[in-house]
Order: sequence, then structure tokens, then C-alpha cells
Amino acid sequence: MKTFGLVLITLVLLALHQDVWFFRTARPMAFGFLPPGLWYHALYAVLSAVLMWVLVRLAWPAHLEAEAESHEEPKQ
Amino acid sequence: MIPAIFVFIYLAVVLYIGIFAFRRSADKAEDYFLANRSLGPLVFLLSLFGTNMTAFTILGSSGHSFQNGIVTFGLMASSSGLVIPLTIYFCGTRVWALGKKHGFITPVQMFRDRWECGHIGSVISIVQAAFLVPYIIIGVMGGGTTLATLSSGAVPYWAGGALVAIVVMAYVFFGGMRGTAWVNALQTVLFLTFGAVALIVIGYGIGGFDRAVEKMAASPAFASLLTRERVSPLFFLSYMFIPLSSIAFPHIMIFCLTAEKMKHFQKTVIFYPLCILAIWLPCVFLGVVANSVDDVPEVSSKIEARASLAREGRTLAPEQREDLRKQAAADDIVLILLKRFAPLWLAGLLGAGIMAAVMASDSQILALSTLFTEDLFAFYEGKARFGEAAQVHTGRAFVVIVTIVAYAIALQAPQSIFDLAVQYAFSGYAALSPLLLAALFWRGSTKWGALASTLWTVSSVAAVAVFQQVVPAPPPGPPVVVWSAGGVDWLMRTAGGTAIAGFMPVVPMTLISGLLMVVVSWLTAKPGADTLKRYFR
Repeated sequence: MKTFGLVLITLVLLALHQDVWFFRTARPMAFGFLPPGLWYHALYAVLSAVLMWVLVRLAWPAHLEAEAESHEEPKQ
Repeated sequence: MIPAIFVFIYLAVVLYIGIFAFRRSADKAEDYFLANRSLGPLVFLLSLFGTNMTAFTILGSSGHSFQNGIVTFGLMASSSGLVIPLTIYFCGTRVWALGKKHGFITPVQMFRDRWECGHIGSVISIVQAAFLVPYIIIGVMGGGTTLATLSSGAVPYWAGGALVAIVVMAYVFFGGMRGTAWVNALQTVLFLTFGAVALIVIGYGIGGFDRAVEKMAASPAFASLLTRERVSPLFFLSYMFIPLSSIAFPHIMIFCLTAEKMKHFQKTVIFYPLCILAIWLPCVFLGVVANSVDDVPEVSSKIEARASLAREGRTLAPEQREDLRKQAAADDIVLILLKRFAPLWLAGLLGAGIMAAVMASDSQILALSTLFTEDLFAFYEGKARFGEAAQVHTGRAFVVIVTIVAYAIALQAPQSIFDLAVQYAFSGYAALSPLLLAALFWRGSTKWGALASTLWTVSSVAAVAVFQQVVPAPPPGPPVVVWSAGGVDWLMRTAGGTAIAGFMPVVPMTLISGLLMVVVSWLTAKPGADTLKRYFR
């Protein structure tokens, strides 16, 4: 269930990048000078950081590090 | 000339860092090429981010947004801010673990082991290397542009490019991965600072951003730059495929192997989108508002050339169109704004920040050297016959050769930084990304599937390059339809490149590459059970 939820959130965020509803408009502007094509995508970048934080907290592949440390082979 | 002096001081500092790193190095391949897999969390974050930010980030993005408006941020920045950390999270961590476990130094060493292949690995390595060259060239071009602009032409383009090439070559030659990582970390700090300071200084200089933006919104010529109507939604969607190139770049995969611990990836993937925001937003915004500046002749002449191209482009000969395109090219737009609105000493400091971004081609040069010495020299018995020290010396010699070749090409290259990078390097690597995904996540993938994907990628990149040479670019506006059938315009030549059924070529290139990997792998023999057991639980 946790995996399904994380995959769903990730796909939704990927889809939200295509904000066609703001394509041809320069308003409303944020702070009086940022058109939607900028403030929406700036907000999108912040949400991306939040998503990565969630993935790190809830689904970090810690087993990879443990496996790598325990099975380290002689260097090539 | 004063701003250029600050840049010279900066170049001397990074040269010193490279030599300092050299004094801490050993003649071991893993030390020279991977900094002995010992980078800490902060240097890993800053250097991995820095190596992804190039001349293209500051100069190319501002130039692109000057011409195309705010769409540049959504096209390249916010898409990268999600896709790149996701690929590092899913693939980079696995690459690190496999590198640690099996001692890999290059991606092809992993592919060879994973798919039980030899010469096919050499083909992949050569293709990876070939796609990396344009990326290195934009670094040299950016260096030439930056120094020429900051010195008001006192340092010509060819001399600026040569100076940057020599400095980068020197610290990569001496410092290897350790020197490159330290310099990249410093560069990231500098250009993070640069973005914020440049934004404040130029905003103050032009009399406030709200005034500049309102002026543009009221002008029929500039209002569309505040929306995304100059780019179609299908093109916008296509750009989501471009950041897939990042994890397929050999220098990024190699960088993933330098972390001391896997947990160092955590801060990197979380802060990556915020770093993208901090650098790209000022660059794109400054490029857009430059259109509102009417008291700088260099800006006015670019706007006039762009308007002439749009107005009379269709009646002009291709050579005349190309001349107008060159006049309208705006890769130096931020530098022009700095010279106009910042005090000389500050323009110099900020110029050094730009130079930091421009010089991020160092890790690409090192990666090329690593690919050559590990995937070809060592694989074909060079290391066994001449020893590990000879391998490192060969790597250093290769750094010199690559830099000279890149410089020679940069002097001839006609396209703007942005176009060159996107059309060849980014699209090619995005189409190679199915190789990494298949190697890491699909037991059924085979070396023949990998070969099919690789050959398809090379053919499609070559086909697009030939197509764009044969069919000249139209002026900005409606594209030239070359082939349509069933009511669909399948192949079009646009002002900026090529469109296939409305998408950028990177979309079919990547999808067909993935399809070939699947179909050919289904039809061919899988690696042995012992090999699969080492990769999949």
C-alpha cells in the first residue's frame, strides 16, 4: 500500500508539470512581476524537493548499502 | 578590462586547487578517476550538482529565455528538478552499490559484466564518448563568450576559449576526480551566489521588475514572452524526456561512484530541485526582462535582428537568415546586463561566477579520459601489459588530446550553445537511458538488446543532424512541413530544430530505443544464471 501511494504521488507530480491551463496567460502575477509560467513552476520545484524528502524518509533502499558493504569484491 | 581581471584571478584559484589535489593523489586508477570513492556528503552534493550545471545553464538559458520567454524555465528547469533527482534516487544509488560491490569505475564495465559482453561494451563506450564531445565544446564556447564580453572585446573569443580550455585541462590533468570535485563544489557555491546577487543588482538597475514586466505586458511585441505561447504543448511535453539524459551521461554515473557512503545521496536528491530553482529562476527571468531594456545598443540590435528575422525571414536567402540569427543570438545577454547595471568590481565578481558555470565541462573531459583508459585501454590488455601507472599517464594524455580537439571544433561551431547541447548530447543520452534502466531493473535484458538500442540511438541522432543540414531552418513562425500523411504532419523543420508528429525527436528516439531493448532482448539468449544471481535477489 505504501509503495502504491508513493508511486501514485510521483506520477501525479510528473503529470502536474503539464499545466496547459496556464499556457497562454501572463496573469495572475506573483509579487507583481512573476507570471504563472514562472511562479507555478517555481512552486513545482519546491514540491519536487518535498517529494524527494518523502521518498528518502519512507522508501530509502538501505539494503543496497548493506549488501554492497558485505559483498565487496577485490578491486578490478 | 577590470571584470576580466577578476575572472583571471578565479582561474588562478581553480588551477591552484587542481595542483593541491595532485599533491594528495596516488598513481592508482581508482584514486585518479574516482577520488578513491571517498567524497563526503557536502562535496558530493555540490560537485554532482555543479557537474550538471554548465555554460548552458546560465548563458544558454538566459539566451533562450530572451528569445522565447518564460517557457525556458518549465522546459528545462522544473522538469529537471524532478526527473534528475528521481533517476539519481532509483538508478544512482544502485550504480553506487554495484560499483562498490564489484569495483566498477565506468558504466560500461558494469554493462560488460551484467550482460556478459566484450566488444559490444566497446561500441557503447565509443558512442557515449562521441555524445560527450558537444558538451565539452559548449564549455569552451562559453569561456570564449564570457571573457570576450567582460573585457569588451579586449580578450578575443578565440583567446578566451583557449584560456578556459587550458585551465580546465590543467586541473583535470593534475587533480583527476579529486581536483574536479573540489573545483565543482567551489563553482556551485559561486554560481548559487551569482544568481541571487545578479538578480538584485540588475533588478535595481532597470528600475524594478514590476515596472519592467508591466512594460513588456503592454507591448504587442513582447507580451507573448510572458506566456508560453511560442512553444506548443507537445514540445513542452517532449522536454520531460530530456532530463533522462542526466543519469545516462557517463560523467554523472561515474560521479555516483565517488560517494563514500550511499546515505550521501539523500541530501543530494532532496536539495537538487531547490538548487535548480535558485540558479535557473534568476537566469531565465533576467533573460526575459532584458527585452524591456531600451537604453543598451547591444540589446536593441538583438531585438531588431529578431524582429527582422520574423518579419522578412521567409523572403531572405538561407545565408542572410543565418546572419540575422547570429545577430539575434543572446547567449551573452546576462553579461551585457551586468556590464550595464553592475559596478565594475561587482561585474567582475559576478563574471567569475558565470565563468564557474561555464567551466563545468571538467568532469566531462575527465569522464572521456576514464572511458578511454578503462573501457578500451585496460580492457584490451593495456593495463596488464604496461601497468596501472601507465594507465593513469594515458588518461592524462587523453585529457590533453580531448581538450585540443574540443577547442578546434568550438572555433568553427556555428550554432548557439543551447541548440548544440540539446540537439546532440542531451537527446542522444536520453535515448541511451533504457540501457541503464534495463541493466538495473530487468533480468531479461540482453547484450543484443543493448546493442540494438545503442545503434538506433546513433542512427537517429545522425539522421536528425543530416536532416537539419539538408533542410535549412525557417525563420521563427510556422514550421516547414516536409512529410505529412493521413492528415498528420509527421516530419517538420522548425526554426529551432525538428518536429516529429509535433514532438521533439528525443521522444521517438527514446521510446523506440526502449522498445528495441525489449523486443531484441526477448528474442535473444539471456546472461547465465550465475551472473543474474549477482545482480538480482
